[in-house]
Order: sequence, then C-alpha cells, then structure tokens
Amino acid sequence: MEDFLAIIVAKYNYWLYVVLMMIGFYAMIGKRNLVKKLIGMNIFQTAIILMFVSAGAKFNATIPILNKYEVLKHGADATKVVNPLPHVLMLTAIVVGVSVTGVALAILIRVYREYGTLEEDEILEKLGQ
Amino acid sequence: MTTSNLHMYVMAVPLITAMFVNMLGRISPKYVAPLTLGALGFSSLASLGVLRQVLEYGGYSYTVGNWAPPMGIELVIDPLSALMLLLISVVSLLATLSALPMVAKEQAGKEHLFFTLYLILIAGLMGLVMTGDAFNLYVLLEITSITTYGLIAMGKGRAPLASFNYVIMGSVGACFYLLGVGYLYILTGSLNMADIASILPQLGGGAAVATALGFILVGLWIKMALFPLHGWLPNAYSLAPTGAGLLVAPLMTKVSIYLMIRVMFSVFGADYLFVQNPLVQSGMVWLASAGIICASCMALAQRNLKRMLTYIIVAEVGYMVGGVWLANSIGMTGAILHIVNDALMTLCLFLVVAAIAYRTGSLEFDNLRGIYKRMPITMAAFTVGAFSMIGVPPTAGFFSKWYLILGGIEAGHWEYVIALLFSSLINAVLFFRIIEIAYFDGRGEQGKIQRDEAPLIMQGPLVLTAVALIAIGLGSGPLVQGIIKLALPAGF
Repeated sequence: MEDFLAIIVAKYNYWLYVVLMMIGFYAMIGKRNLVKKLIGMNIFQTAIILMFVSAGAKFNATIPILNKYEVLKHGADATKVVNPLPHVLMLTAIVVGVSVTGVALAILIRVYREYGTLEEDEILEKLGQ
Repeated sequence: MTTSNLHMYVMAVPLITAMFVNMLGRISPKYVAPLTLGALGFSSLASLGVLRQVLEYGGYSYTVGNWAPPMGIELVIDPLSALMLLLISVVSLLATLSALPMVAKEQAGKEHLFFTLYLILIAGLMGLVMTGDAFNLYVLLEITSITTYGLIAMGKGRAPLASFNYVIMGSVGACFYLLGVGYLYILTGSLNMADIASILPQLGGGAAVATALGFILVGLWIKMALFPLHGWLPNAYSLAPTGAGLLVAPLMTKVSIYLMIRVMFSVFGADYLFVQNPLVQSGMVWLASAGIICASCMALAQRNLKRMLTYIIVAEVGYMVGGVWLANSIGMTGAILHIVNDALMTLCLFLVVAAIAYRTGSLEFDNLRGIYKRMPITMAAFTVGAFSMIGVPPTAGFFSKWYLILGGIEAGHWEYVIALLFSSLINAVLFFRIIEIAYFDGRGEQGKIQRDEAPLIMQGPLVLTAVALIAIGLGSGPLVQGIIKLALPAGF
C-alpha cells in the first residue's frame, strides 16, 4: 500500500489527468443532456492539454524567455528553462478544441430548432413517434 | 531528392480557392462551379505529375518553410502518398461534377458555404497523406473532421443530431491519437515520424511504447469506423446531404486506413508490430474478420439503398484493416490495391445514389421498382459497381479481394478468408435483391414509362467511374507491378 502511495505521489500530476479524463468520459457516456456531453468532451480535451503542458515542466526551471546576447555569449542551460515545445503544441490543440466546440454548439442550435429540446431521451421519444 | 514543389500546389490550390469560392459565391452562385472544378482539375493534373515524378526519381521529402526536420514540419512524398494524392484529387473531381447540381437542388442558396467546406476538406485530406510529422497529422485530422461535421450538419431532419454524435465520437478519436503522440513525445522528444522511428528501437519497447501504439491505433480506428467503433458512421453518412456523401463516403475511411499504414510502418516498424507482438497481430485479424461478418449482416437488415451502402463501407474497412495486419506482402498489396478500388467502387455507388435522389428523391427499396426502365444508364453503372463490390471478374473489386484472400491463406488466417467469402456472398444477395427490384419488378408502373435520366453532368462521372472500375480491373497487373510494389512499406 505504501509503495502504491509512493507511486501516486511521485507522479501525482498524471494521476490528476487520469481522474479528469474519466470525469469527461463519464459525462460523455452517462449524461443525457447534449450540452453536458459537449462539456464532458471539453474536459476530456483539457486533461490531455494539461498532460502535455506538465510534461514540459522541470524543477527549479524558469520561463523560456532568454537574453539573446547572453545566450550567444555563454550558451543556454537547458535544465534552467522549461521545455516550450509542448506549450506551443497545446496552443494549436486549444485552437482545435475551440473550433470543435464552436461547430458543436452551432449544430446543437440546429438540433434545438428541430426538436425543441436538448435532452436525449425526449429527442428519442420524438423520433419514435 | 528533387527540388520540386509541385505537390505543394496540389494542396494549396483547393485551399486558396476555398476562400475565393466563399467570397465570389456570395456575389453570385454562378462563380462556384468554375472555381471549384478549375481548382480540382488543376490538382488532378498536378498530382498526376507528382506521381510520375516519384515513379521516375523515387520518393523525396520536403521541408516546409525551410525549417529542417526534426524541428520543422516535413512532407514525405513517396509512391504510396503520391498514389493517394492522385486518388483523392480524381475522386473529388468526379464527385464534384455530380455534387454541383445536387447541392444546387438540396442546399439552394448555400452553395458557396457548402463548397468552401468541401474544398477545405479536400485540402486537409491531401495534407494528411503527405505529412511526415505526427502532430501536424493531428491538426490536419481535425481540419478534415471539423469540415465533415459541418457538411453533414447541412443535411435535413435528423442530420444535425447524427453530426453531433459524430462530433463526440470523432473528438474522442482525435484526443486518443493526441494522447498517443504525447506518450511518444515524452519518450523520444521528437514529433517527426522518421526521427521517432529512429529513436524508438533504442528504447527497447516497454509498456509506454505499447500504450502509445494502443492510443494512436484506437484513435484512428474510431476515425475509420472499424467494427466495434463504427456506431457513428451509418447515421452520419446516410443522413448527410447527398453532395457531401459523394465526397466523404469514398475518401474519409480510406484516408484513415492510409494513416494507420503510415503510423504503423513509418513510426513503429513492422518488426515491433508483428515479430515482437504476434498476439496483437492475430487478434487484429480476428477483430477485422468479426467486423466484416457483423457489418455485412447488418447491411442485410436495411431497407434503404444509401443506408445499406454505409454498412458495406464498415465491412470494407474490415477488409483493408485485416489485409494490413496479415503481415505478409500479398495481404499488404491487396490492402493498398483495395484502398484504390474501394474508393472508386464507393464513389460509383454513391454517384448512382445521387442520380436516383436527384430524379426521384427517395432511396427506399420500395421506390426503386422498375427504375431500370426510367434510368437505364444509371442502373447499368450501378450493376458494374455492384459486381465490383461482390467481386465478379473482371471488375476491380475481384482482383484486390483475390490478393487479400491469397494473403489470408499464406498467413494461415482461415477465419479472415471465410469472412471475405461470406461477405462476398452477402454482397451478392444484397445487390441482386436491388437489381431484381429495379429490373424485373414492374408493379405499380402502368402504361408507357418515360425515360428520365439525371442530367449529363451527373451521368458523365458515373459512366467514367464505371468504365474505370473495369479498366483498373483489367489493368491491375501493371498497377500492382508498377506502383503498388513500390508503395509497400519497408520490410515487405
């Protein structure tokens, strides 16, 4: 049990993303409201974005903004700055996430106009008639 | 190594034209058709040039913006991606010819919006087959998915609901892919596929590599609608506007299968996949076989032509995935040949669907009675497409199925061979049922029946595709020897 706890504490950030991801997954599968499903999808994406960002973090490191002349003279110490690449990648992933959410919300407006509700059960009931 | 950048124009022209279609199409819808056709015509010719170049001088890689890989984004043009590029541009050109009158009828007043999404989707698909960067692939995957969500949601009735389900499923798939790429990045510190492939063997394939592979593959399987993950496809594709179905149905699943081949062999390598993990390999063939049989049976239960075809697409995905995982060169040849053939067969059948929908507006089996007399040319092309799906020689479908069956026998995977034969029989039942209804069942049709074909712009691509199916069937020997043998991934 103590070993198990040690494993969790050593990598607690990754465990948090797993929990966050499962919350999103539950919302997508378990919730009957379409907007809640969409929010579940957003939580799911956010968990992955956080995982990427924390993968770039280092202990005792600072933000990756350096003095160009200092770097040219002495070179940069990679252990003193966080890895900026995952952050840049996640900027793109955030843009993708926002676009998907936007499209999905627009689609939900059309669904609402068609059925007058966003509850999955009520929509299925109307489809059954 | 050449310095050619013809392939950039293949992708850039539809992308830039999309903007002009949106702007000029607002002024008048008459600009939409020449712009779209011009862009896709150019792309088809240019991609033919790219393919010829690649066959003559060999594949090459291209660094976009002069940032050297592994930092910059690399495009890889090898025989396989050049072949896919040509397939995408030709299929989309033929589909567009038929989509133009269809969209003018179904989405009147929204042509410019429809074709903007349509062209961006095509540019995204072209980017997907060329990219050599794992994260770039994710972005392009989402570009194609988002445009597809939009196109499907333009349909009537239940289409927005089907599109929403696709949004949820598609995003989960993309997220899984991204998660897998994250694992690979943490392991190797690189996003370039070739670079990752050179670093991975040194890591010795631990649990983290296997997890990355699992996440990436599950993500792509959701996108390609492999059997247990196919739930979104039949609704989304059958409720999509007919014009969108013409483009999406032949290309999306096939490009996803290309991506699976690309990721499997350019990143992980045949040795890691097949030699080190034989259980996964045979498990996948079993899964594909189960998928073929289940999807074929579900197709039997349908009473609508378009809906039946969507289940056949799911079954065909099983053919190709099984062929890839057979892990021998015959199966692989069959899978790649089947990507080409299946794109054309699906295009042919969806062009028929569009022609019938344009004239009668209904695709229920009951309304297809005696349609042969009304639309003889359309139904003749349908027969060719149906024979190709069943696998009757000399149509194209026979030859790729032949390679797949030979590959299955060589690998000793009899369940896959049985699934293929079973599915061919089911396809025969499915299509002969429709042929019987359309040709011989004349109930309710009294008196002289007027010939009422779809307009020429819809018949042209239909006849062309049907002829191409027979031509590719007869020419499949040279096609395999000349292109596909070169396109096989390393290690085959």
